[in-house]
Amino acid sequence: MTAQPSLVSDEFRLYRRLVAARIRSDWQYRTSFLLLMVSQSLIIVFELVALLFLIELVPQFGGWSRAQVVFLYAMATLPFSIGDVFISEVELLAYRYIRDGDFDVVLLRPTSALLQILALEFELRRAGKLLTPAIALAWSATNLDVDWTVGRIAALAVAVISGTAIYSGLWVIAGSIPFWAVASREATNAMTYGSQFANQYPLHIYPGWIRAIMGWALPLAFVAYVPAISLADAANPLDLPSWMAFTPPAVAVVIGLIARWVWRTGVAHYQSTGS
Amino acid sequence: MTTEQPTGDRPVITVEGLSKTYIVRTRAEGGRNPLRRQRREVDAVSDVSFTIERGEMVGYIGPNGAGKSTTIKMITGILTPSAGRATVLGLTPTAERRHLARRIGVVFGNRSQLWFDLPLRDSFDLLHHLYRTDRHRHDHNVAEFVDRLDLGPLLDTPVRQLSLGQRMRGEVTAALLHDPALVVLDEPTIGLDVVSKYAVREFLREVNAERGTTVLLTTHDLDDIEQLCPRMMIIDHGRVLLDGPVADFKAEHGTERTVVVDLIEAGDPLEVAATTVVRVEGPRQWLRFDRRATTAAEVIAGVTALAPVRDLAIEEPDIEELIHRLYQERGAGR
Amino acid sequence: MWSAVLRLLWEVGKRSFRRATTYRLATLSGAFVNTVFGYIRAAVLIYVAARSGGVVRGFTGQDLATFAFLSQGFIAIVGAFRGLDLPKRIRSGDIEVDLYRPADLQLWELANWLGESTLQVLLRGVPPVVLGALAFDLRWPDPAWHWLVFGLSVIAATMVGFAVRFCSNLVAFWLLDIRGIDQMVTISVTFFAGLILPINLFPAWLESVARALPFASMIQLPVEIFLGRYTGWEMAWILGQQVLWAVALLLAGRMILGSATRRLVVQGG
Repeated sequence: MTAQPSLVSDEFRLYRRLVAARIRSDWQYRTSFLLLMVSQSLIIVFELVALLFLIELVPQFGGWSRAQVVFLYAMATLPFSIGDVFISEVELLAYRYIRDGDFDVVLLRPTSALLQILALEFELRRAGKLLTPAIALAWSATNLDVDWTVGRIAALAVAVISGTAIYSGLWVIAGSIPFWAVASREATNAMTYGSQFANQYPLHIYPGWIRAIMGWALPLAFVAYVPAISLADAANPLDLPSWMAFTPPAVAVVIGLIARWVWRTGVAHYQSTGS
Repeated sequence: MTTEQPTGDRPVITVEGLSKTYIVRTRAEGGRNPLRRQRREVDAVSDVSFTIERGEMVGYIGPNGAGKSTTIKMITGILTPSAGRATVLGLTPTAERRHLARRIGVVFGNRSQLWFDLPLRDSFDLLHHLYRTDRHRHDHNVAEFVDRLDLGPLLDTPVRQLSLGQRMRGEVTAALLHDPALVVLDEPTIGLDVVSKYAVREFLREVNAERGTTVLLTTHDLDDIEQLCPRMMIIDHGRVLLDGPVADFKAEHGTERTVVVDLIEAGDPLEVAATTVVRVEGPRQWLRFDRRATTAAEVIAGVTALAPVRDLAIEEPDIEELIHRLYQERGAGR
Repeated sequence: MWSAVLRLLWEVGKRSFRRATTYRLATLSGAFVNTVFGYIRAAVLIYVAARSGGVVRGFTGQDLATFAFLSQGFIAIVGAFRGLDLPKRIRSGDIEVDLYRPADLQLWELANWLGESTLQVLLRGVPPVVLGALAFDLRWPDPAWHWLVFGLSVIAATMVGFAVRFCSNLVAFWLLDIRGIDQMVTISVTFFAGLILPINLFPAWLESVARALPFASMIQLPVEIFLGRYTGWEMAWILGQQVLWAVALLLAGRMILGSATRRLVVQGG
């Protein structure tokens, strides 16, 4: 028998197997799978459509060109959709795992509870939400008045990854709330979907106090707004310093550490109070 | 490869002064204002202490809400105690959760650890990966358990299509695949058909005998205790009322026996020395007597002298009744 | 007999109301979400109005801010994202028990729905609007009797919400898994009721389409009444539209239920 601690590579391999099992399970409900995938992608499309309607009404939205606004949208939504595929499963903690008692089963296994939930609740159909923002990114990138050097492309990749990490951190934090309070899935949504929604519009159009909360306190500005200014050469009415362009990865790390701490404290709290 | 057993003569489970208090919020009685709630402290488990040695099979009985599940959760690392200590296989359950999880198996009667939409064999395979067991050992166990529990034809059936009895056999298999030193079962036979109950009991007995796996079983079903556990602990209202061999319990508390008589004709309750008629249903009567006061032979003689008898039987003390009386006695004493 | 049925439905509604109060924390956190979304939408729309010279498609910044909060408050009242137990019971077969009840299934479900909606007016309708009013300048109905019309409009909107969900859920009698259809309905409601963007900000052609659909009756129209967009007979016509949709969809629901019940009987569940 093995008694050595799990290595990261072992955990990753386990994650892949559990995800594969879930995909196999879901594949039995194929029609539902496809319909749900389409309908979920539709919401994303509608949000983009609404944005485009607004741009029609206000051509220089926030003083930005249409390509820049769409670029912002893509930078707000693509990392979110990636997070949606891999991390949003944590939302189910409340009403599936804690309420139904399945969290106990998770705790009885010799591996990370969070990893299990993320793997067991993986839904491939959420990947449908990646298409629209990816297209938006491609379109806007080609229509921007910037030079796509290797450096800029690399910076773009880093921005998307950091953005995903920041959203993921927020997701885990929001998803941990059920450890302490009976929160409906909708409550955790305020933090997550609200964040993504707020991010779709340039930060400077918001009144100061909303900006402070949704841009800096919840460090959402670092997901889309800051990268948009540096990568899309967008107007910078808030006069953000240029070194800020390098900060998203650091912010991601900090949020990640906070999320890890919150989750662990949550599990400990669950263990002390029961369900 | 042998199963992993605790070293030396250390007990498998040591529990000292274990307690768990919950804070419950309930709607105020007679809710005029449905929006106000009260706080109440509930002692789910109070000052429980016991030791379970390697290779034992122990039954843990109690009515609903007695604290059985809470105790189990503290032993398996799901819940931290409010007071007291638990040591399982030398580990502290909640602090060393993952470490402990690898060495114990748990079966919940009302919660599944199998993958619902996938064939049974897939669940076993996933557990192999989850517990990172040795492939050969895993395959050997699967083959052996599947054979013993007659799961062969069911291996390719999705778990959601299995009957409760079949699923439970699958759950018990799943819990034992990684050769745990201790297996804890929380109401495993609830709702099972007779054949499955028998199969599960047999299987547990064999595993205990052949592999020395320690078994802790919580149950409502006193047949489980009688069939399986030489030792039992009775818990009620969070306290352990009794902890000892089942045989002793029956001997001490079960001094009463009942003669069940089928008369040829229904009649008035029979009056036989040193007996009490506890029940009459048509021609059938139940006569209870104390073994210390008289013998079955004397009672039967007394009955046949009074009325023609078609048939009779002697019932041993019903554990359920004995325990019930125990609750009442202790309850009255509280 | 009728009074007995009505009495029964009243009890059902009351019980539903009371049941919804036990989910207090969840409900209030839902109200918090609605408020947050309200703030963000209001801020964006106010910006749009400001950049359009103060009025965009007939709405001022004040109108739009009010729209943002009020529409969020409406979500729980009209049950935009609410589901029914129906598909689950249809799948499990429990629906047969329901069909034997003394009260008609549709009315029973409607009573349940209205019971919950009544509570949501208080717990999720009011908070976003009140909290929005703290930070933004909102428009209120004027003159006072507009509140009455608005009240009727809310009731009609709730019924349309129910009827839409009821009809779409009945499809479960034919397709066992209706999650996909359910989601489609939710998304259509979200977009065409004005939750993502007030429909009068749509391009003209799409706005006409949206106004021809029942979803507008769930949120856009009642909010427009609140905002005083209509006067006199116009208001009556708008209210009338809502009522017509409610009646039409309820009738459609009854017909579908009828054919579903017949199918059940014929196939033996």
